[in-house]
Amino acid sequence: MNDFLMKLWDSRFAVAAVILFAVGFVTLLLHRNLIKKIIGLNIMDTAAYLLLTSLGYIENRLSPILRGDDTDPAHYVNPLPAGLVLTGIVVSVSVTAVLLALTIRLYRRYHSLNVDEIYKMAQKEHGV
Amino acid sequence: MEFTVNLPLFAAALCLICSAVSAVLPEKAARRLCLALCGLVAIAFGLLLAYGLSSDAATTYRMGHYPHPWGNELFFGTLEPLLLCVFATVMLLCLLGGGSHLENDLEQGKRRYYYVMCELVLSSLIALCCTNDVFTGYVFIEISTVASCGLLMIRQLGRTTLASIRYLIFSLIGSGLFLLGLILLYAVTGHLLMPDLSRAIGTLWESGQYRSVLLTSICLVTVGLAVKGGLFPFHFWMPDTYGYATPASGGILSGLVSKGYIFFLLRVIFRVFGTEVFYKSGVSNVLFVLGAIGVIVGSVSAARETDVARMIAYSSASQIGYIFMGFGLSPQLGVLASVFHILTHAITKPPLFLSAAQIARIAGGRDRKLWLGAGHKNRLAGLTFTACALSMIGIPLTMGFVSKYRFGLAAFDNPKLIVPTLIVLAVSTILNTWYFMRVVIRLYTPASGPDGPRVRMREQRPFAVAAIAFLCMNIGFGVAAKPVVTLIEHGLILLKEAL
Amino acid sequence: MKKTGFLERLRDWDADRFDLTEKTAGDMHPDLSPKPLKQEIPDAPLERLATRGERAFDRLYPVLALVLGTVMIVFLFLTVLDLPPYGAADNPAHNEVTARYLGSGTAETGAVNAVAGVILDYRAFDTLGESHVLYAAITAVLILLLVQSDAPEADDPGARLMERDPILTVTASVIAPIVILFGVYNMLTGHLGPGGGFSGGAIVGAGLILLSFAFGPHRMKRIVTFRTFRIASISALCFYSVSKLYSFFCGANGLHTIFSPGTPSRILSAGLILPLNIAVGVVVSFTMYGLYSLFERGRIG
Repeated sequence: MNDFLMKLWDSRFAVAAVILFAVGFVTLLLHRNLIKKIIGLNIMDTAAYLLLTSLGYIENRLSPILRGDDTDPAHYVNPLPAGLVLTGIVVSVSVTAVLLALTIRLYRRYHSLNVDEIYKMAQKEHGV
Repeated sequence: MEFTVNLPLFAAALCLICSAVSAVLPEKAARRLCLALCGLVAIAFGLLLAYGLSSDAATTYRMGHYPHPWGNELFFGTLEPLLLCVFATVMLLCLLGGGSHLENDLEQGKRRYYYVMCELVLSSLIALCCTNDVFTGYVFIEISTVASCGLLMIRQLGRTTLASIRYLIFSLIGSGLFLLGLILLYAVTGHLLMPDLSRAIGTLWESGQYRSVLLTSICLVTVGLAVKGGLFPFHFWMPDTYGYATPASGGILSGLVSKGYIFFLLRVIFRVFGTEVFYKSGVSNVLFVLGAIGVIVGSVSAARETDVARMIAYSSASQIGYIFMGFGLSPQLGVLASVFHILTHAITKPPLFLSAAQIARIAGGRDRKLWLGAGHKNRLAGLTFTACALSMIGIPLTMGFVSKYRFGLAAFDNPKLIVPTLIVLAVSTILNTWYFMRVVIRLYTPASGPDGPRVRMREQRPFAVAAIAFLCMNIGFGVAAKPVVTLIEHGLILLKEAL
Repeated sequence: MKKTGFLERLRDWDADRFDLTEKTAGDMHPDLSPKPLKQEIPDAPLERLATRGERAFDRLYPVLALVLGTVMIVFLFLTVLDLPPYGAADNPAHNEVTARYLGSGTAETGAVNAVAGVILDYRAFDTLGESHVLYAAITAVLILLLVQSDAPEADDPGARLMERDPILTVTASVIAPIVILFGVYNMLTGHLGPGGGFSGGAIVGAGLILLSFAFGPHRMKRIVTFRTFRIASISALCFYSVSKLYSFFCGANGLHTIFSPGTPSRILSAGLILPLNIAVGVVVSFTMYGLYSLFERGRIG
């Protein structure tokens, strides 16, 4: 039991990320409201970034802004995950913007955010 | 000749530059620029293919001053140039053939953004096919997702908006899973470049350390890319997405974009996990089962459709099933058949969409009931549709035949799966014949009423050029299949060995 | 009301229900009850089976979703317990790759900020792609939301009320310049410390959005019009692609570039990183403002 708790503590950020991922995934699957689905998707992304950021951290080390002539890699944390997370965040901002714009279009056309209702109304709309 | 290895970089950068410039050009100029760009990219990769054949070795191209494992890199042998040359040509022909529909379907003033999206899709195809870095792959997967969503929703109907939000959500789940898989891989290896990843994974697999993390990440990466490619349980977005988009987009999305993801998956299997680890992990069996179910379900769904465009879209789902089935069969003949089928599908599906749209225009709708005798009204479109349908069924002299033949051969590569593979092939061929021939027969059944006006060649010149080029490519690859197959075989060996 | 099957919704309605004579878009009824499905009588037992299967799937969907979610989470949970411990110095992620980024990063790229060195020099192709994701997104939003008519905008009384709100205008006129200045500072010193094009651009974008909130679109036209938006972001993107093309080309062929790392920790150092940060900052800030403006009014400037 103690071992398990230690393990849990050792990977506390990863566990938190998994929980966040679960919250996002279930939100995405179970909610019928488009905005809530988008929020779920964002929470999923955030979970991935939390996991990635936590990989870069090393205890008792400095942020990767090199100070003076001190270029000993053993004094700084890992800069690569930070760069990757930056990329990831930009990607997630972009797709969120597109999703929200699509939602706005759908709302203007069908006056609803509920996926089921939108499907029903789209069914009524015929032809292409 | 040495300069040739720089061409992928130039092609990718040129696509990005053109995509930015297209947004401020007049619409006609943007269209010309995009067509010229596709042509140039096709020529560039043709040259690269020639270079690859003559040098008989794969090239690792450093993007900047730092080699792996520090900097980004490209990697290409003979397979990537072949695929990209075909992809760029197909995109050129799609845009050419679907031009008149683009003018109808797209809002004036926003057409130039269509070409922006096309160029972004092309750049992401180049990057996905050539990259040696999995994270670059992720970034360009996202470009491809957003840009293909743009190609879809630019036709502003309620339905396409709905289809694109569904497509985007599915795609984002896929890329989210893929990213998670990458992060887990990074956590246990510390690398992002394919050769180093592969080495580290090989060591870890042998030592048995982090086994569960490796297995999970293999699953996540495969599932993520399969979702984006449209493997069976995740194919529901296909009919709407491909069926309601403007025909050029339908062709590009089904023929090229999904193939980009699938080929990237193939590269990840060969160059990151290594075929040995991947096929031992059991994920390949899952791919086979899902692929086989996808073939059948896609065909059955297609047979149930009366809207021809949606029928073609469902048939895409079954073709994607074939490709994944080949991945599941074996890393040699199975993957070979899959790669050939990628080419087949990229060359056969777009003209089906284009000719269906052309026939629908003269017949007054896309319901097959309206298509009675339409093959006489637009002979070229009818011929194209028929020929491509025959290719999808797998009649000799077409590419489809070679694909099916190679899948049949591949079945014997994996003794456990011979019977299921052959059954799936037989059933899907019967279903294919049924639903395609049903439409073709209707096309040539004379209508009872008075003959409507006929569409002449000169009224649809761009479409005619595109259709004839597609047919020539189809027959050409079908007849001269032997060298192409050898080329693919060689390319796969280069892909695996040059680590 | 007839319940619609989940699979039917997912896979879309059957095409038989197309009524080809009816008018298309626009005529929506407030009444939402769907038309009875005039499906052809299934001519194959296969089809009947499929329909029944879909209905069962529909009822089971929430359960299935929860089960799928739970299974996935349990697997992920077990996996992450196996991951190397958090914060340990000997994790596999801290290897020779990181060592070079930190150890020789300053000498090779000239950037004191190792993250800037990594994303704009070592792994610059990723970042080039990343800024084009933003570009793809703003183009997609333009396609969706841009209003093309030249008609003057409808006079929104709410907006005018906001414009006159003294608390908002005074606060904005004090804060916005500071925000924008800080963003620009962030952009310009991205190679020397925390910051860079993406964060700086986001801050400048926030400043522009604040200004637009407070002073309204009409007065914002003095700062950003559609024309400036297009020219600035397109030329920044082109500059980015062209300069990176040049540096990739030189790097791959072992040629000497005209950009040198310079003296680290000076403002004019780190070769291409400073101009690239500015270009990225321009793209990000205009994209942020453009997204806001398109969401709010359907036009930029």
